[in-house]
Amino acid sequence: MPKLEELQDIVVQTRRDILRMVHKVNSGHPGGSLGCTEFLVALYNEVMDLKDGFAMDGKDEDLFFLSNGHISPVFYSVLARRGYFSVDELSTFRLINSRLQGHPTTHEGLPGVRIASGSLGQGMSVAIGAAQAKKLNGDSKLIYSLHGDGELQEGQNWEAIMYASGKKVDNLIATIDLNGQQIDGSTDDVLPMGDIKAKFEAFDWDVLEIKEGNNMEAVIKGMQEAKSRTGKGKPVCVLLHTVMGNGVDFMMYTHAWHGKAPSDEQLENALGQNAETLGDY
Amino acid sequence: MMTKYIDQGKNDTRSGYGAGMTELGRTNPNVVALCADLVGSLKIQTFIDENPERFFQIGIAEANMMGIAAGLTIGGKIPFTGTFANFSTGRVYDQIRQSIAYSGKNVKICASHAGITLGEDGATHQILEDIGLMKMLPGMVVINPCDFNQTKAATLAIADYEGPVYLRFGRPKVANFTPVDQKFEIGKALMLSEGTDVTIVATGHLVWESLIAAEALEAQGISAEVINIHTIKPLDAEAVLKSVKKTGCIVTAEEHNYLGGLGESIAGMLATQHPTPQEFIATQDTFGESGTPAQLMEKYGLNNKAIEKAVLKVLTRK
Repeated sequence: MPKLEELQDIVVQTRRDILRMVHKVNSGHPGGSLGCTEFLVALYNEVMDLKDGFAMDGKDEDLFFLSNGHISPVFYSVLARRGYFSVDELSTFRLINSRLQGHPTTHEGLPGVRIASGSLGQGMSVAIGAAQAKKLNGDSKLIYSLHGDGELQEGQNWEAIMYASGKKVDNLIATIDLNGQQIDGSTDDVLPMGDIKAKFEAFDWDVLEIKEGNNMEAVIKGMQEAKSRTGKGKPVCVLLHTVMGNGVDFMMYTHAWHGKAPSDEQLENALGQNAETLGDY
Repeated sequence: MMTKYIDQGKNDTRSGYGAGMTELGRTNPNVVALCADLVGSLKIQTFIDENPERFFQIGIAEANMMGIAAGLTIGGKIPFTGTFANFSTGRVYDQIRQSIAYSGKNVKICASHAGITLGEDGATHQILEDIGLMKMLPGMVVINPCDFNQTKAATLAIADYEGPVYLRFGRPKVANFTPVDQKFEIGKALMLSEGTDVTIVATGHLVWESLIAAEALEAQGISAEVINIHTIKPLDAEAVLKSVKKTGCIVTAEEHNYLGGLGESIAGMLATQHPTPQEFIATQDTFGESGTPAQLMEKYGLNNKAIEKAVLKVLTRK
């Protein structure tokens, strides 16, 4: 297991990658990316059981599906830093002829990506399909997925949530990024969703919360707990409380940075708060 | 002289699908079936009985079904989704677009009750736009077989093809006239009867109607060449071009809106390669309605009589 400090170094470097990627092309989604950095770093470097290299079928290894595809900057950085492709390629984010499209896709063959996402609400169904294929194949590894909280407003999720418990898809850990923000404002302002925990429980999922979703230790502990609850007849839901824009003071606690890139000065300020650890791409 | 075809006994194309699935269940362990609460309509009970672990009953949740199918491919499965054509396309277009087509997943979208011959259920269920929707998706293969035997053969063939496929079939019992052992080649048109005066290119239920029309035309001294295009995309342009270069005019026939259908694909191809007078047997940008299949085919101009009339018209435009 990497030491906590090593994971923290990856987190800080990933934040720098995210900020520099969106700044360069003056587009992309830094807010949700920064909020999920600890989670994805933990998943790919500590929590998931991964094989070396990339095979689409992901046989005998854990798989991850990103449903809220707009947080592609953090996904790409974590994949690159984990060795799926060269970190130099991060510099091609959103550029013409790049494998790093605005939203993740298999179309250009980027290692680490198994489904296109971006149009919201589709990832849970895909994750369920992959989980059922694992069961059919006698493969005991797990399926992880990540979804935005605003994304739960898409109806397909509730088809999938109903199905997963009804069909006892218990090799699935679906995490909801509860940052309380979406493009037009707070989730409470845009469309109040009530008690999300109670909703998942009403659909007969096993739900656990990670209250400090930007605390590496808390994330690892919570995800290990989630793992221990798999295989018991119920799908597992993790409610991950995060702060959008985490790690950059002026981006935190607001929806303003959902899909906006920092200016030159703002970038300098933000990078100043996150000193280089593993080396910039 | 026209080549004669014998109806081996009326049957529905959806039962051809069911028979194909039964065979795939016995021969291809990677094939899995999904269904959104329409097992009886899709005729897949034998597949389910013989392979219960390879069947996924999704419930009335077609969007979820498309996503689950995409996910199943990642574990090496070959999912065949089953529901009505309306719910296989328009209802789930974005799920197919992103999770299947753009993601390049090996999903077979199998759609029954396509077109107006669904009959009494009416326009909510009679999709006449599905070929257009599906052919516009990059990389999507679109197949509309004409009878029981061909639907069964197509079902088997698409399992061996790697990539997303839309397979469209229907509800009514229609003539079953193609050879029981005919090999199905995706993208390869079938010459049914050679002729010299006019080309009739038909797909789905309209192929048999075209043969009846060609017989009536022969009695009037008109030699019609009849081609069965079961694959709308990729289109067998070569077969169509070869025929129209001989006949000089064409009638296309399909159970679909003229916008977005087979006729439109052929017109687009001919416009750039060999401009040819063409008449369209298709619905004219309209919804359907309740009625028996025969009544609806008559009212919406989709039967052999309508094809015959269109041929007489296109001949004057040569």
